[in-house]
Amino acid sequence: MKKRLIWAGCLLPLLWLASSGMAWAADAAPKIDSGDTAFVLIGAALVLLMTPGLAFFYGGMVRRKNVLSTIMHSFIIMCLVSVQWVVFGYSLAFGPDKLHLIGSLSWLGLSGVGFAPNPNYGPTIPQLAFMAFQLMFAIITAALISGSFAERFRFPAFLIFTLLWTTIVYDPLAHWVWGYGGWLNRLGVLDFAGGTVVHISSGVSGLVTALVLGKRRGHGKEPMLPHNIPFVVLGAGLLWFGWFGFNAGSALAANGLAANAFVVTNTAAAAAALAWVFTEWIHNGKPTMLGAASGCVAGLVAITPASGFVNPVCSIIIGLVAGIICYLAVSIMKARLGYDDALDTFGVHGIGGTWGALATGLFATTAINASGRNGLFFGNPGQLGVQLIGIVASWVFAAAVTFIILKVVGLITPLRASEEEELAGLDLTMHSERAYDFIS
Amino acid sequence: MVKLECIIRPEKLDAVKDALAKTGNPGMTVSEIKGCGLQRGWKEVYRGVESSINLLPKVKIEVVVKDESVDQVIQHICQAARTGEVGDGKIFIYPVANSVRIRTGETGESAIY
Repeated sequence: MKKRLIWAGCLLPLLWLASSGMAWAADAAPKIDSGDTAFVLIGAALVLLMTPGLAFFYGGMVRRKNVLSTIMHSFIIMCLVSVQWVVFGYSLAFGPDKLHLIGSLSWLGLSGVGFAPNPNYGPTIPQLAFMAFQLMFAIITAALISGSFAERFRFPAFLIFTLLWTTIVYDPLAHWVWGYGGWLNRLGVLDFAGGTVVHISSGVSGLVTALVLGKRRGHGKEPMLPHNIPFVVLGAGLLWFGWFGFNAGSALAANGLAANAFVVTNTAAAAAALAWVFTEWIHNGKPTMLGAASGCVAGLVAITPASGFVNPVCSIIIGLVAGIICYLAVSIMKARLGYDDALDTFGVHGIGGTWGALATGLFATTAINASGRNGLFFGNPGQLGVQLIGIVASWVFAAAVTFIILKVVGLITPLRASEEEELAGLDLTMHSERAYDFIS
Repeated sequence: MVKLECIIRPEKLDAVKDALAKTGNPGMTVSEIKGCGLQRGWKEVYRGVESSINLLPKVKIEVVVKDESVDQVIQHICQAARTGEVGDGKIFIYPVANSVRIRTGETGESAIY
């Protein structure tokens, strides 16, 4: 009897605490969930790993005299954008909205970005975790472009270009689509993990860079073959692995939506690799390892905007189409139009990202994501038009601003390596080192 | 003394090495090289774009032999390296003015092996 009284005496205050706590939670700041936080932090680390993965993916595709310069593009971007993002990049992209176009500078140096969640950016995780996760996207997006200008961009020009590009192309575009108050966000453009922000922006900017820089010397006359396809496959494997962080992590919580994104990401990658390999088999007579590696990346690109809105069966269709059209873009369209997008950033990311953004408007369903919208095949044809606005806006903005940036950088320092530098290779002439020693 | 420069198929390296050893010539220098001749190349396809490759991988063996054994050595190399198809390779024969064994300073034929 006495014991019971003691128990009751202990329980009553606890119950009171619990109920008052609940009342507090309902009307005050949301609570941090340790599972969600762990998931997003690990997701951020996975996305970071994609950039060294990309370095190998691209590094294997260039000639041996340019492998270090190509890998260094990605690596230096990790360093450059990491600092830029903390100092002002995050504030421009996600800071309090200005005119629906850009974030304000009030989060400069991450001031006010701390342990507390921001209800708009992952209500159950510290805003710092969201910031770190988004940083990795900014890094890989800038790094993706380097596939277009490989083997001919002077390093000083590359550095200035990258800093300007990530600041005045990536940061505003991320704000438009993902920033609270961004105009494409308000319009209802669906882009779960970056079809417009990451892939269209990098792919289209890559094409513009390739056109402004011009072709590599000897392009079309002498063979420019990949020097290490196992590197390409290693890179593709790391990209595929890291992409789970990219897409599933974009749920910003360890929940069913994340699991769905995980599954559709894997499925689309697999379907696209098969589609690419079978298309080239029919077209050229042989299935290739480079084709399988490229195909999986095309599928990963295409599913990115859709990964939080579509079911696994639709992800097969998205992947299959991505594998076929990206193959045709790099093998036929590029040769017909004659531009030298060296490692096919445009062919894979520009084309694949555009298809993915459109496909989101076709296959999205609120059965997967209640806070999303239905697409054309689920009774909402209007969404396709909204997606088109997002696509056109991203294309035009990325192309125009990239062109201007290149013209401005060109006034400061030459963009293009000289003929001797290009013939000797950028490893030796830009960095005074070689990837592979001749002897010993 | 004569230097034989033998361009052979890479897959015939072991056979030629064994044949040389049988003729009493265990020493040689081997390099991986590329070259073209009568043999036609092949097509490689990267991301759907074809490149024709006509510089083919070969192995070059350099061996210096005594004058009296030249004919026998050439015969053995040919036997070991031949498949009868185009692309079996070539042997080029050069006179050697002298040779020096770096360790001892010996010269002439006794410096070869």
